[in-house]
Amino acid sequence: MSDLKSDFARHISSEFNEELEELCADLMKMGGLAERQVRLAVQCQESFDSALVEQIRSAENSVNAWEIRIDELVESVIARRQPTASDLRLVLVVSKIVRDLERAGDEANKVALMAQQAHEAGRNSTVGMVEVRAIGEQVIRLLGDSLTSFARLDVDMALDIARRDKEVDRIYQSALRSLATFMIEDPREIGHVLNVMWVLRALERVGDHATNIAEHVIYLVKGTDVRHLSVTNVEETLKNS
Amino acid sequence: MMETTMTNTAIADKDQKMEDRLIPDKTIGEVYVEHARMTARNVDVYYGDKCAINNVTLDIGVGQVISFIGPSGCGKSTFLRCLNRMNDTIDICRVDGEIKIDRDNIYDPKIDVVSLRARVGMVFQKPNPFPKSIYDNIAYGPRIHGLANNKVELDEIVERSLHRAGLWNEVKDRLNEAGTGLSGGQQQRLCIARAIAVSPEVILMDEPCSALDPIATAKVEELIHELREQYTIVIVTHSMQQAARVSDRTAYFHLGTLVEVGETKQIFTNPTHELTQDYITGRFG
Repeated sequence: MSDLKSDFARHISSEFNEELEELCADLMKMGGLAERQVRLAVQCQESFDSALVEQIRSAENSVNAWEIRIDELVESVIARRQPTASDLRLVLVVSKIVRDLERAGDEANKVALMAQQAHEAGRNSTVGMVEVRAIGEQVIRLLGDSLTSFARLDVDMALDIARRDKEVDRIYQSALRSLATFMIEDPREIGHVLNVMWVLRALERVGDHATNIAEHVIYLVKGTDVRHLSVTNVEETLKNS
Repeated sequence: MMETTMTNTAIADKDQKMEDRLIPDKTIGEVYVEHARMTARNVDVYYGDKCAINNVTLDIGVGQVISFIGPSGCGKSTFLRCLNRMNDTIDICRVDGEIKIDRDNIYDPKIDVVSLRARVGMVFQKPNPFPKSIYDNIAYGPRIHGLANNKVELDEIVERSLHRAGLWNEVKDRLNEAGTGLSGGQQQRLCIARAIAVSPEVILMDEPCSALDPIATAKVEELIHELREQYTIVIVTHSMQQAARVSDRTAYFHLGTLVEVGETKQIFTNPTHELTQDYITGRFG
C-alpha cells in the first residue's frame, strides 16, 4: 500500500473503488474543516473577533453535516459491499476518525465560546496566552499531520504523532502548575486563569483526538490494534508484527 | 484486431508471471493443529501431466469447520475430493504424498474405499437424493454398512439423522414420499442427513449452498453450525461471506498451491499474503 488512492483503484468493481475514494475524499474535506475550526479558535483567543466566532460556528455546522453524510456512506458500503480485510479496516477506521474529528471540532467551539465570554466580561489579561499559543500551534499541526498520515498510509508519521502528543501533555501539565501558582499569588485573577485552564484542557483534548486518528491509521495499515498502549509498547508491537 | 489480441495475450502472460512470482514457497500461517482428525502431507495431484495441486500440507482439526476458498481452477475442489478418494474415479488422476484419517493412510491399498467414504461423507453442489423415498434415502447407507440389526434400529437411525439435519418436523408425516419431491433446500438437508446416517467422522461439502436460495442457505449454515459439535466439516465455497460465517479456519488456494491458512477472523480482517488479500477484497490479481 503506497497511498490510499492507488490501493483502491485495484478492485474489480469500479463502483466500489469510487465509493471508497469518495469516503476518503469526504473524510479529508471534513478533516480540513475541523482543522480550520481549531486554528480559528486559537486565533480567537489571541485576539477576539466576533466574525471569527461566526466562522467557527458555521464550520461546526458543516463538520456535523459531514459526520452524518460520511456515516451514511459507511453504512451503505457495509450493507452493499460487505468489505473484508483492508477494505473492512478502512471503513471501520473512517467511521472512527469521523467521530474524533467531530469531537475536535466541539473542543474548538468551546475554545471560541470561552474567548467570547472573556471578551464580553471585559477581561483582557494576557496571563496564560503564551501557553495557549504554544499548545494551540502544536495540536493544530498534530491534527493536520494525523490526516496526512491517513492519506499517505504512513505508519512512521502516525507513530511520531503519538510521540509528539506526549510532549503536548507535558507542556499542558507544566502550564497547569504555573497557572496554579499564579492563582495563589494573585487571587483576583482566579476567574480568568480558570478560563485559560479550560481552554488549555480543550486544546489538549484536540491533541488526544489527533493521536486517536494516528492509532486508527496504524490499525488500518498494519491490522494491529495499538489503542491504550504506551508509545514504546506500540513500537515493540509493530516491530513484532 | 490481430495486434490487439497479441497485446492482450502479452498482458495475460505478464499477469500470470506476476502471480507466479507472488506464490509463496511455503504456506503462510499455521497448517498444523493440536488435535487433527485428518492430516495431509506434501500432497501433489496430477491430471495426466498437469499439476493440479502442488505440495499441500494441512491438518484438519477435530470438531472444526474449515473452509477452502480461492478462484475457479485453484484446486480447492480437487483437494477436497482427495480427502475421501473421490478422485479415484478419474483415470488420469494421480495423487502423491500422504493423507491420513486418525493415523490410517487413506491411500493404503488395504483401505476399503467404501468404508472410507462412510467415515468421510460428502455433500455435493447440487442436491442429489436417490430416486427413492425419503426413508430409503437415509436407510440406504446404514443398510449396506450393516449398522442396524432390525427395523426398529433402522427407524431410529432414520429419525435421528433427520432430526440432526433439522428436517424431521418437515418430513415426518411423509417418509414414504419421494426424496426428489422435496424443495431444493430440503433435498440438500436430506443429503446431509444421508451423510450423517452412517456416522461419519468428517463431512466434505462441495459448494453445498450454491444452488439454494438465501433462506435455504441460512438453514444449511445453521445446520453446519450445529453439526460442528460432532463432526469435522470441510467446506468448499465460492461465497466468501459464507466462509466467513461458518468456518473456524479458512484456507486460501491459488493455482494449485495452498497460499495461506489461518483463523477465519484473521483471514478476513488481516490476511498476511497479498494474493489472499486481493482475492477476498475483490481486487485484480
